Amino acid sequence: MAIWIEEDAKVLVQGITGKQGMFHADKMVEYGTNIVGGCTPGKGGQTVDLQGKPYPVWNSMFEAIEATDANATVIYVPPPFAAEAIMEAADAFDTVKGEGVVVCITEGIPTLDMVKAVAYVDNRPGVRLIGPNCPGIITPGESGGAKIGIMPGHIHAKGRIGIVSKSGTLTYEAVAQTMSIDEGQSTCVGIGGDPVNGTGFIECLAAFQADPQTAAIVMIGEIGGNAEQEAAAWAAENVTKPIVGFVAGATAPPGKRMGHAGAIISGGKGTAEEKFEAFEAAGIACAKDPSELGAVLLESLKAAGLR
Amino acid sequence: MNIHEYQGKALLKAHGVPVLEGVHCTSVEDALNAYDTLGSKVVAVKSQIHAGGRGKGTLYNPENREHVMDGGVKIAFSKDEVQTYATNILGNILVTIQTGDEGKVVNNLYVEAGCDIAHEYYLALLVDRENKAVLIMASTEGGMDIEHVAENTPEKIHKISVDPNAGLLGYQKRDLGLDLGLQGTALKSFMKSLTSMYNMFVNNDCAMVEINPLVKTGDDQIIALDAKISFDENAEFRHKTWEDLRDLSEEEDVEIRAKETGLSYVKLDGNIGCLVNGAGLAMATMDVIKLYGGEPANFLDVGGGANEEQVKTAFSIILEDPNVKGILVNIFGGIMRCDIIARGVIAATEALSLDVPLVVRLAGTNVDEGKAILAASELNIHPADDLAEGAQRIVELIGGVA
Repeated sequence: MAIWIEEDAKVLVQGITGKQGMFHADKMVEYGTNIVGGCTPGKGGQTVDLQGKPYPVWNSMFEAIEATDANATVIYVPPPFAAEAIMEAADAFDTVKGEGVVVCITEGIPTLDMVKAVAYVDNRPGVRLIGPNCPGIITPGESGGAKIGIMPGHIHAKGRIGIVSKSGTLTYEAVAQTMSIDEGQSTCVGIGGDPVNGTGFIECLAAFQADPQTAAIVMIGEIGGNAEQEAAAWAAENVTKPIVGFVAGATAPPGKRMGHAGAIISGGKGTAEEKFEAFEAAGIACAKDPSELGAVLLESLKAAGLR
Repeated sequence: MNIHEYQGKALLKAHGVPVLEGVHCTSVEDALNAYDTLGSKVVAVKSQIHAGGRGKGTLYNPENREHVMDGGVKIAFSKDEVQTYATNILGNILVTIQTGDEGKVVNNLYVEAGCDIAHEYYLALLVDRENKAVLIMASTEGGMDIEHVAENTPEKIHKISVDPNAGLLGYQKRDLGLDLGLQGTALKSFMKSLTSMYNMFVNNDCAMVEINPLVKTGDDQIIALDAKISFDENAEFRHKTWEDLRDLSEEEDVEIRAKETGLSYVKLDGNIGCLVNGAGLAMATMDVIKLYGGEPANFLDVGGGANEEQVKTAFSIILEDPNVKGILVNIFGGIMRCDIIARGVIAATEALSLDVPLVVRLAGTNVDEGKAILAASELNIHPADDLAEGAQRIVELIGGVA
């Protein structure tokens, strides 16, 4: 078990013929992801070579899902067309299979496009959206596994720690920290740093809590909004597994956007201090420095009798 | 991206929201002509800067920082007063609660006709992350600091959330108007304006629209007396007109240049420059520098696929800041390979003849090759294995805790 994505999940790539899409599709195949083809409107019937093997391209997601019975899709479509790509995938999964996972990597999608796309996905309860503006989701396997996104596959190993994070490279940092104490990962989910996104912290925590493979959770937040505070309050009531947390942006000044569209302290709300306090109030063990995540996690595992 | 009040009002007007007649001015002469053109006995002379609190701000002489005038928004009852106020405002520095102590030079003025105010309201539209929808907020406490109202009397702030599938519904507009105590003609005028504002918000990819105050006149008309509008920069590709609305003098020159190279840079007050890949890791790097007693000089995210040239530009931007006494590079290579970063760092240090201490922490893809390249160079580069070690090292090298 893992969450949402099994090791052998069948994955499509939207925008597979583009530079980014092809590059990352190749890396995913190299890692061992079960890529079953891709979708680029107008290029249906062609093939793309990934790791020396041809993969089919379809014109639409309906055709692609009908032909491959895919479980998930990953989107590398430029920002002007990305929200539409999300909605096409959601509609196709819902109609053809009644379920599916849509992972959107694209950075820079207009917020109002995402408002529309998220509402569209929410109307199709079997479909899950992860992202946008995220590294994706990875379920490491014994050899290979399902890497759906842009994360470096080789730093991961199969294990029992679930990771959820708003930030890309900080997720990799968290992965490296689990490895430093000889722990692998069940699933790592990058939920993205945009103000309006799909899957949130609470859904990830709920899934990790229910997942028998996951023994403990690492949760990485950042300044802006109050998703972390809500998740902490929810976890206090509903999660029995140990959680270790970190929040980036303690030194960020108010009113300045720190790279991510969502990473901005506005009206004095959404500070790192506020979020760390919420974590601590919920019994989440906090690291003040991401290089300490491993040590804090080890302590939590020991305290729970898991090491 | 923020725009000025006079630009915001033109946008509101174009969408059918009632605003007062006004003229954008850049000189005292313009302002005097505007007074004649408007033909209104009473006019407002308003400083145009991208910051709130203008009315309660203070104007200073940019040369000697001497006090010039209190208040960046003035009501003039004669042409002489227009002359005095325009002279005192244009070219001087306006300091408000939102500008910081350095303030902003006022290059633009808006001269607006007066009106008969019966009541002031607050109105704002923004994207609400929690509900993932457009949120409309209104209050009877217009003209006040809304954060203050939210804290002390939250019951005086009324909210409606717009369902993206259904759009803004009639009953929502009516209920919000009734919450504000509006009736009859004023309620109708409010509902009409709200529809126009919502359409403007959506059609223009706004991030926030704040009207404070929105006023009811003596004859029950609803008018937007102020307009603070910002756009979602992600949507710039479909709004060609934004380029004309952008006032570059309101933005940090170096932040604009960084953006042009695909870097995300924010200048801060400390003395340790940082160069990091990824926004979250860049923030965490600043935090850890502070944790070990240092002060970060900037936020700088080189992005996921930076090349040698971008790394070089990043270094030159960091070094432009005279406060920088040392640099910490923190890269977790994913798609970005550490060997490429190492070469970029060496090329940049050589080209820019770097003379401040440099600590480089590399992890991830091709980390061993990257470290070997740095070790083989003759340059004074201090390696670090993790973020904590890197931060401690750079703090030591610049002479300890700030």
